[in-house]
This record gives sequence, C-alpha cells and structure tokens, in this order.
Amino acid sequence: AALKDALRSQVSAALKEGRVTPTELCQRCLALIKSTKFLNAYITVTEETALKQAEESEKRRKRGQPLGILDGIPIAVKDNFNTAGIETTCASNMLKGYISPYNATVVQKLLDQGAVLLGKTNLDEFAMGSGSTDGVFGPVRNPWSYSKQYKEKSVPKSHSEDEEYNWVITGGSSGGSAAAVSSFTCFAALGSDTGGSTRNPAAHCGVVGLKPTYGLISRHGLIPLVNSMDVPGILTRCVDDAAVLLGSLAGHDPKDSTTVQDDFKPFELPDLPDVSKLSIGIPKEYHAPGLSSEILALWSKAADLFKNAGAKVVEVSLPHTRYSIVCYHVLCTAEVASNMARFDGLEYGHRSDVKDSTESMYAATRREGFNDVVRGRILSGNYFLLKQNYEKYFVKAQKVRRLIANDFGKVFGSGVDILLTPTTLSDAVPYTEFIQEDNRTRSAQDDILTQAANMAGLPAINVPTALSERGLPVGLQFIGRSFQEKQLLTVAKWFEKQVQFPVIQLEEAERHDNGVFQHQKSASFS
Amino acid sequence: QKVSVEVLEHLEHLALVDFRDSEGVERLQKAIQFADQLHEVNTDGVEPMDSVLEDRWCLYLREDDVTEGNCTKELLENARETVEEYFVAPPGNIPLVKLEGQKTFLQGS
Repeated sequence: AALKDALRSQVSAALKEGRVTPTELCQRCLALIKSTKFLNAYITVTEETALKQAEESEKRRKRGQPLGILDGIPIAVKDNFNTAGIETTCASNMLKGYISPYNATVVQKLLDQGAVLLGKTNLDEFAMGSGSTDGVFGPVRNPWSYSKQYKEKSVPKSHSEDEEYNWVITGGSSGGSAAAVSSFTCFAALGSDTGGSTRNPAAHCGVVGLKPTYGLISRHGLIPLVNSMDVPGILTRCVDDAAVLLGSLAGHDPKDSTTVQDDFKPFELPDLPDVSKLSIGIPKEYHAPGLSSEILALWSKAADLFKNAGAKVVEVSLPHTRYSIVCYHVLCTAEVASNMARFDGLEYGHRSDVKDSTESMYAATRREGFNDVVRGRILSGNYFLLKQNYEKYFVKAQKVRRLIANDFGKVFGSGVDILLTPTTLSDAVPYTEFIQEDNRTRSAQDDILTQAANMAGLPAINVPTALSERGLPVGLQFIGRSFQEKQLLTVAKWFEKQVQFPVIQLEEAERHDNGVFQHQKSASFS
Repeated sequence: QKVSVEVLEHLEHLALVDFRDSEGVERLQKAIQFADQLHEVNTDGVEPMDSVLEDRWCLYLREDDVTEGNCTKELLENARETVEEYFVAPPGNIPLVKLEGQKTFLQGS
C-alpha cells in the first residue's frame, strides 16, 4: 500500500483511532509537497505554522477533545484568500510581500475546527484566467501529466525531452488548489469560482469541484473579482468530503452582507443515494461548438445511467446560453475595473518609487504591479462604464443576465431537479498549445459551460467521470437549484459511485509509501 | 468603429492604467467587438439584474454601532510610506497628463 492509499483511506477515522497522528500526517504532506515542487501548485508553504497546528491537534486528540471531523486534516487555500500573518499575493506583483492582517471568514472557520493549513496555492493573476498559467510565479502543472495513465498514452519523442514538452495545464484559475488535492498533498483545498474557476481545474485534475450557491458561503476576506458572482469553491477527492467542507463553511456571516440569513443545516449524504424519483435535464445548448466527441459520448452515457436507474431524463433548453459568456465579459470587466481601483500603492501592496504626484504614483504602481490581463480587463471595464456606454453595455448586460437566470428558473420550475452538462470542452491541453491563444480568448472558450451557473448564482459541481483517450481526466457537471446543495451532492455522490473514477498513479506519491494503511477504495477523510 | 484617441486617453486617465502598446489598444477593440454581440438579444421590458438574491432578501442595514477597530498598527504595517499614523501620498493636485517625461504610449504616438 502506498501513501496514495493511505491518503485515500478514512483519514479521520485513522486519526480518531490513533493509527496516524496529525503530526505524522502533516509531515508526510509537507514531504510530498517538497517532492512535487515541480508542479508549482503552492506559492507559500507554511511549514512551521502547519506543524504547530498539527501539534495542537494532536494534543486535543490525545485528550479525546477533537474540535470536529476536520481536526488535524491538512488543507490548502488559494492565494486570493486573506490569511493572517501569511503572505497573500493573488499571484501578482501588486501584492508580493503583502502580509494579510486578518483571516478570511472561511479560513477562520477551517482553523477554528482544527484544520491544518499547509500553504497558499497558485492561480492565474487575480483569478483571471482559465489555465493557471498567468500568475507571476509561473504556471501550475497538472499532476496527471506525470501519471502512469498519461505517460502510457503519450507518444514519446525522446525519453527526457517529452515530459517537459508534454505537460498539460491544470485549468484555472484555481489550478494550484486542484493540483494540490489531486497530487495528495492535502485533503481538501479552497478555490474561488467566478466563471468556473473551481470546476474547470477540478475537471482537468480529476477532483471534485463544488461551486456553492451565491450567498451561502462568506466572501469576507476573499479578494474580490466580481462581487455579484464570486463564491469560495471547494475542491476534494470525493463528494462526501465536499459535503463535510460545505457543512463547516456555509452560513450567514455578519461581515459579508451578501450572505443569506437563513440557517444552514449541515447534512450527511445517504450511503445509498436514490435517483429514481428525480428529473434530470440535459440542456441542448451545452452541446457547444468545440465539444470533443469523447466528452459528448460520456455525457450521453451518463444520461443513460440515470435513465437506467429510473430517473426521468429530459432534454431542456436554456436559450440564452450562448450570450452568457458575452454578458460575463462585460459585467466581469466592469466589476474588475471597480475592484482593482483599490490597488494604488498607498495602503498596502506594491508602491512605485515615482513620487511626482499622487496620480503619477498610482499610475506607475499599477503599471508595475498588474500584468497585461488585469490591465486589459480594467481598461475594458472602464470603457463599458463610460457615461456614453453605460446603458448600451453595462445595463444591457444586466438585462441579459436576468434572461439567463430566468432560463434556469423556467427549467427548474417545469419539474427538472438537476441539470447534467459537460464541464469542459476537452481534456487538458499541453501548456505549449494553451499559450498560443491569449487569455481572453481562452477564457471565453473554456468558461462557456461553467459560466452561466455564476450568472444565475446556482450551485454546481464537477464530478470526475472517466479518463480520456490521452489518459487525462474528464468530468461532468451537475447544476442544481439555489440552496439545494443537499440534493445536488446526493446526485453527485450517486454518480461518483457509478463511474468509479480511477485513482491517479503518481510515482511521487508512491515513493512515500510506508504501508501503514490498508488499501481502501474511498478517497475520503470523512 | 475604432475608439478615438480622446476616449483612449480618457480611459487611461480614469483607470490610471496605460495601454502600454498597440496590442493593448487592439485588445480593447476586440473586447468591444465581442461585447457588441449583446445587442443581438431583445431585452425590451426586461429589468436589469443587480443581484441574484434580489427575491430572497434585501441588502440589510445593521445598527450603527462600532463593533471593531483599534487596528491602526496592523493597518499601517502593510504601507510602504507612513508618518506617525498617516499614510503618505505624493502631492495630489497635479493632473497626470501635464507632467513632463511621463508620457504614456498614446501621447507618444
């Protein structure tokens, strides 16, 4: 049995029974992070504080007083969440060296339950992108690039050269978090999702990526991109774990006035989910141009699975789907133009040496601090917000947004419980191929299947489904009704059990083998 | 229609971000073109949507009580230039455009 088996086992149970201690677990994860450094998944590894947290957890467990199911569980957090005393960079020069003075609410909640924070993960600069390739710390590599499954399928040019050449992207923008979970360096990670940034890399890295309903989880401390669409995202290796994380994070936060005030009741998913009474909708517009035939076939197979289980499977229509990406483009750049205005060098972050005037200092700071993608979006956003353009673009986009949200409303109102769609158009492409197109083009292409859920604020989840012909993960997406995460995750769990997605065979993980754990099928810590 | 140089300069001033080069301007042109697709959609009688939560509840106001603060030290720590409890900014009443040697790409072209 290898570390990957150990990490796949019921770790919480193992911790409870003392078969492994939080310190051992933490040390092993830290070692694995070191040996998978080439993935570039982490920007900051908080080794000292993690070990300290693990020690505290151990003391509590010895006393028989764990704080909960997450006590001692190593987790990673995307580097656009504020973490007290720890550098938070958003993968940008603008925030290099910025030490957060506070914890984001979601981070605080995890720490309050004893989770062990291993570090901050890599992303596209300010979460703008769909590849995790545009941050100042360099691109994140998909762990599957180094898997046996991928290597077996790729045609080697020469033995040493091809690995460097052929590595594939993680997708983005939460690529670091997805890679961290996928390569076993942590049990769960936080991402963010504005247009698909949690689900897209989850699909490419073969992990579960949950985008909760807008308003369910606090955004306080999440450096904002689009305030009306951002949500913290959850990345785990199985659906049950996502449910556990959701339970610890959801709920009203007085510090985030966009969180709903309803009481959130954490739930456990049934062991044997039943989908026979459900109606599954297949939106025909999600058969988007460019959708690979492989994924189309998987999507169809999935629909059949539900049919055979007795669920009602119907084709539905979301007529404004194709405008979602255009609408997003306008609303996103507009909100970005506003949100990025705070970065002027005066109170935090990078500050230029130019000191002739306030404006020249601001302009120089922003020129030095932001990459082209960010600057491009700021300028576009400001264009759409100009007085002469406001109605034509910004308000127009807000109207189209309502139409998109209404599309979903109509479909859910007609008796459909869950929508089933692909998450991405294809499996992960090699980095060298990905960078041939610019960021905006790529984002427009890659977000097409995930973006509308953010438009309408609906919960959505990527479930790893199968390996492509190239040996890379492909996932499918489920979209649910607002605040109906329990139903959404139940369906996701059922599907997960049906497809039995294979475990990644990663040499590095196997090297840390010590055979403590027996082979177990579950990837869960719950 | 190409965006006029006046508008481009205006944008640079509003955003305090410069276009840097012709690629930057081209990027904006493409972004506008892309956004123009919105006009294919009929939105007669449709209200703009500010928030997906509009039906569920309204943004509430809380009591005007001071519940946190006294964090001057932490807040000043991240600033590069401070004097006592002040953030220090360069002189503020100098418009960007009038400065010598501070030309942006647009002004230079």
